Amino acid sequence: MTAIDPQMRLLIIEDDRESADYLVKAFREVGYVADLASDGEEGLALADSGDYDVLVVDRMLPKRDGLSLIGVLREKGNRTPVLILSALGQVDDRIKGLRAGGDDYLPKPYSFAELLARVEVLSRRHGGPAEETTYRVGDLELDRLSHRVARGKDELTLQPREFRLLEYLMKHAGQVVTRTMLLENVWDYHFDPQTNVIDVHISRLRSKIDKGFERPLLHTIRGAGYMIRDGLR
Amino acid sequence: MTAFGKLIRTTAFRLTLVYLFLFALFAASLLGYFAWNTRRLITEQITSTVNAETSEISEIYARRGLRGLVFNVENRSLRPGANLYLVTDPTGRAIAGNVGSLAAGVLASTGWSETLYRRLDDQDNQNHRALVRVTELPSGFRLLIGRDLEERRRLFGIVAHAAQWSILIVVVLGLGGGIFVARRVLHRIDAMTGTTQRIMAGDLSGRLPVGRSGDELDRLASNLNAMLERIEALMIGLKEVSDNIAHDLKTPLTRLRNRAEEALTRSGSEHEYRAALERTIEESDSLIRTFNALLMIARAESGQARDNMDNFDAAEVANGIHELYEPLAEDDGMTLKVKTAFAPLHGNRELISQALANLVENAIKYGKPVQAAQTLGAHAIPVSREILIEAERDGDKVLLSVTDHGPGIPEADRQHAVERFVRLEASRTLPGSGLGLSLASAVATLHGGELRLSDAHPGLRATLAIPARAGGSERVAAQTQDMPQKVA
Repeated sequence: MTAIDPQMRLLIIEDDRESADYLVKAFREVGYVADLASDGEEGLALADSGDYDVLVVDRMLPKRDGLSLIGVLREKGNRTPVLILSALGQVDDRIKGLRAGGDDYLPKPYSFAELLARVEVLSRRHGGPAEETTYRVGDLELDRLSHRVARGKDELTLQPREFRLLEYLMKHAGQVVTRTMLLENVWDYHFDPQTNVIDVHISRLRSKIDKGFERPLLHTIRGAGYMIRDGLR
Repeated sequence: MTAFGKLIRTTAFRLTLVYLFLFALFAASLLGYFAWNTRRLITEQITSTVNAETSEISEIYARRGLRGLVFNVENRSLRPGANLYLVTDPTGRAIAGNVGSLAAGVLASTGWSETLYRRLDDQDNQNHRALVRVTELPSGFRLLIGRDLEERRRLFGIVAHAAQWSILIVVVLGLGGGIFVARRVLHRIDAMTGTTQRIMAGDLSGRLPVGRSGDELDRLASNLNAMLERIEALMIGLKEVSDNIAHDLKTPLTRLRNRAEEALTRSGSEHEYRAALERTIEESDSLIRTFNALLMIARAESGQARDNMDNFDAAEVANGIHELYEPLAEDDGMTLKVKTAFAPLHGNRELISQALANLVENAIKYGKPVQAAQTLGAHAIPVSREILIEAERDGDKVLLSVTDHGPGIPEADRQHAVERFVRLEASRTLPGSGLGLSLASAVATLHGGELRLSDAHPGLRATLAIPARAGGSERVAAQTQDMPQKVA
């Protein structure tokens, strides 16, 4: 899908054989090194010894459940980003998962595109550069301190929410960002709107930053979400 | 357990036993007190009579000498009654009186004593008991005056007899009453047990018998009946829901399956395969959404989401939802407006946001004016394409409402509209799960409030009326329209 750092190492801790195999295969196809552990103890041992960029942990595991596994890892000072997968998709469960030390939470059933997008954002965060004050994509520039946005020589006027939306997209430039991720991170809502409410915000933003310019920067990734990126796909 | 065993194990019977014991004790002590007091009174009366006679006779002796004394004592001795008299000379020989014999040593000492005696004219040859006083006269003669105690004994016997009978009656009546009450209670409890067993066996329509006396058992029974009523309603609700789920999930599942099958049998191009697969994913996503909404409703209804409550301002929620949906409404040719005042709430912010979002989505979807299409050129009624979100505090309630000017919902349908999966005729052609209002209503109920649907003349006004947070009348902090951004 997108360009992936070939060194990206991933550990999947999932007891359901079929979904685990599917995940390993899918991640390998996009260029990840993906290892598999099928219970909590094995997962803990591997996570502790291996050098992984992201852990994908099922919440309900044999021998040791996912939350306790994360707890032990964090106690040992292991800060590897963890994405929790869970069949319990409710708000309270998500909060519990994040409190236990998880970095992101994805309820089952999920789409692989959503999982991949989230894993990429997590891993970038893990080893990525420190927070910059200015984001640049092509000739688009966003200054986080002065809240100024410019494309080439043109100064753009954005609403506060549009600014936050663009800021999030540019922070993860080159990565797919899903609608749910936008709703969670830009609006802080964790429910699932029945309508295409995010798309409308994106199209407004697009009309401000791309309209009248030759090279569009804000792309729609079919079946996944959006990405801001310099150059055509 | 035998029937009798069951009977004596009842609370009523045990209570009866305790009361029985207490009443018997009470009767016994009352009678004992009575007997003791009577005895004392009789003794007092005897002593005062004897004292009076002694001084009278002593005086006669002093005035008229031995002759007068003997004459007087003999005279008195002949009177009928229980009085005893005896005069002896210094050697102890009887001179006058009606006493035949006495216990030894009584005459030796002066003063009061209780003794056995026999009368001079005694026929039954039996010893009797008497209270006597012996006085020494100046010449060495001794005077004994006393009274038979038979009367006192008889009275005491009557009291003892009464005590026996009354205790017996108390015990018999008490036991009888206890058994009667216990049996009555047991009978009713058995009836209740029978009903509950029938209910446990699966017949949820069974109800406990409720008497007309309004006693504690009746109150218990009617409370249990109210509980059964609720359980039955829930069970029926559950059954309806599972039927609806089966229907609502089966329909898209069938579509899904058909589409996959069609794609397989028709040897299409890669493009067609791709399109079919994409539609399949879309279809399953909408299935998942329906499922999530159902789970959310179930959680809200069961009260599980209560753990995650905090204090916030409903106005903030209204502003946030307005900000999120305003562009969508505009794209749809509607105007979304918001009017807020400080409205403090204690609750699950996420759920309330979602409930309000559902109401707004409904308003955008169904709140388009109908007149525009119907009346071309005729007297054009001014139509409003405005949707208004309001948050305000009204007394002890916080009102979060969404008003549109679409066709509205006829009054008769409003109750129905809140039910799960109900999609009113007018809306069947539009996409949606039919769970939006149910979720909003479940969220309101979770917070101790309700969802009100009313007429906006024309249009629909949907209001979440939720009890306001107590003591939240002052603004805690200045709030901006934006939500805090989560650092990602």
